[in-house]
Amino acid sequence: MTTQIADVQGAYDASGAEKARTLQTIYVYEAPVRLWHWVNALAITVLCVTGYFIGSPLPSVPGEASANFLMGYIRFAHFAAGQVLIVFFLLRVYWAFVGNAYARQLFYLPVWNKTWLWGVFYELRWYLFMVKDPKKYIGHNPLAHVAMFTFMLFLLFMMASGMALYSEGAGRDSWQYALFGWMFSIFPNSQDIHTWHHLGMWAIVTFVIVHVYAAVREDILSRQSMISSMVSGERLFRDDLKD
Amino acid sequence: MSAGMETFYEVIRRQGITRRSFTKFCSLTAASLGLGAGAATEMAQALETKPRIPVIWMHGLECTCCSESFIRSAHPLVKDVVLSMISLDYDDTIMAAAGHQADAILQETRQKYKGQYILAVEGNPPLNEDGMFCIDGGRPFVEKLKEMAEDAMAIIAWGACASWGCVQAAKPNPTQATPIDKVIKNKPIIKVPGCPPIAEVMTGVVTFVTTFGRLPDLDRQGRPKMFYSQRIHDKCYRRPHFDAGQFVEEWDDEGARKGYCLYKMGCKGPTTYNACSTVRWNGGVSFPIQSGHGCIGCSEDNFWDKGSFYDRLTGINQFGIEANADKVGGTVAGVVAAGVAAHAAVTAIKRVASKKPEQVG
Ligand code: HEM
Ligand code: SF4
Ligand code: SF4
Repeated sequence: MTTQIADVQGAYDASGAEKARTLQTIYVYEAPVRLWHWVNALAITVLCVTGYFIGSPLPSVPGEASANFLMGYIRFAHFAAGQVLIVFFLLRVYWAFVGNAYARQLFYLPVWNKTWLWGVFYELRWYLFMVKDPKKYIGHNPLAHVAMFTFMLFLLFMMASGMALYSEGAGRDSWQYALFGWMFSIFPNSQDIHTWHHLGMWAIVTFVIVHVYAAVREDILSRQSMISSMVSGERLFRDDLKD
Repeated sequence: MSAGMETFYEVIRRQGITRRSFTKFCSLTAASLGLGAGAATEMAQALETKPRIPVIWMHGLECTCCSESFIRSAHPLVKDVVLSMISLDYDDTIMAAAGHQADAILQETRQKYKGQYILAVEGNPPLNEDGMFCIDGGRPFVEKLKEMAEDAMAIIAWGACASWGCVQAAKPNPTQATPIDKVIKNKPIIKVPGCPPIAEVMTGVVTFVTTFGRLPDLDRQGRPKMFYSQRIHDKCYRRPHFDAGQFVEEWDDEGARKGYCLYKMGCKGPTTYNACSTVRWNGGVSFPIQSGHGCIGCSEDNFWDKGSFYDRLTGINQFGIEANADKVGGTVAGVVAAGVAAHAAVTAIKRVASKKPEQVG
């Protein structure tokens, strides 16, 4: 792990008065991670919107069937975004191996680490307004770490179930079926895969609500930057209070 | 009772079926099985030279809709031929023999054709109370089934009952009706689901097995690929309306009159593997979607317990109310959003209340 801490001595407030402060920035999110994050965000948005309209199609279009392809285009957009999601996920997994330590956080929970476990509960108390200040974390705070890991599991399920559904149209001799046909051993009636894939969308929408809220809130309240970090990659610590 | 090493061809000639009809049957069946051009000859040859494979047809907990479908096979020729293929052995619903005489046939076939006969099962055994909910010949059907399965070459599980359990296995399943593959584990089983399965599919499967003496290619769920590898939706003639985005919204609306797609009416075509949209029913006359009603997924696992016939997705009843994925998911997302808003409000209030200058980020 190559963490570089740049100390910026003496920050100034709006009126130009010098405050004895130290600002530290650390490079956390490498470019591929940031790229993945925003591609993912876009793909998931497209998938949720198109997925919703696959489940509850728009009102019928007038005219000849041969002159219209609305459902076809919506499904096409869904499948295209789905493939993008999967390809970038694979790249992201690759980056977990070659990237810095923070690139690996999403994929495992250090449950054996006592400090980390303590941190989960400490952060939980911070969100429940029970402690005054959160801790500083370079990567994800432990609670966010749990949330992210869970989200990855949901994404994996969405990708596996999505590809299984896709294989139904692609055919029993398709590579999609060869790779994801095992989903039908778990759910022999594909109606259940539709239902779970559909519920999965709501789970993801729920996550996005919490995720965006937490990111904005942390950005304002906590002792480190959030949103800009996912743009620049740099985490800015805004105070030099103890710990 | 069958005469020793008689071939299938000899049997049907004895029944007065002409050679011309026989060759016609071979080419029709070969085509319906999706076999290549040479297959009809191959089939004729097999039926002429190989000893006929005996078929035993047993009935467990069922409604006989499979038999009803089977004997209405589209082509009268097919029906005659296939019936003569099997009725000579044992089917307690349509055979002439009864009582002890019929039971004797079972035992005889079992001994004489050990490991060579096909066991076709319609319905399933209920296992509760030691199988007492289905008594056949004075003893639980499950015993008879296990006994006959022991010496069979393979088993054909007819219909949704034998394949998945069907209505008698629907919740709460008081008799513990159980599909064949959960009871017989050591024999190859061909599932031919449907409630009932299509006649031509049934005769096709029987013909394939008895002709070639082996099972057709089966999919992951044990269904013959030749009939069950595509969904109703894949070959539905209303599919262009689905892709265009033209749906029936109510049973008597303009879309219904125009024959639009029944997706919004809960058509289960997109999740149902069966041959209805290609083979159709009653000799190719029609099938449910053609008559304006969605598919109810009758050939799919557990279709009785998957919620309404008019919902495409499975109903979720865990909360004691009829709900669907959108209601449950939407409610969860809504509650969380409200929670987030409340949390934001508390945060803001606390921040204003306890604002200390040195702590502001
Ligand atoms: C964030 C991820 C995703 C979300 C939120 C999402 C959402 C949805 C929703 C709500 C449906 C409608 C289900 C129904 O009511 O039947 C759907 C269908 C579907 N999705 Fe996804 N999906 C996601 C990822 C994927 C992926 C990665 C693929 C793979 C290519 C995929 C392929 C499909 C397919 C094939 C269908 C069925 C389309 C049809 O029945 O015509 N999805 N999706
Ligand atoms: S009517 Fe049913 S099977 Fe036919 S295209 Fe519409 S959804 Fe698919
Ligand atoms: S259309 Fe669907 S419900 Fe109707 S018979 Fe075929 S598989 Fe069964």
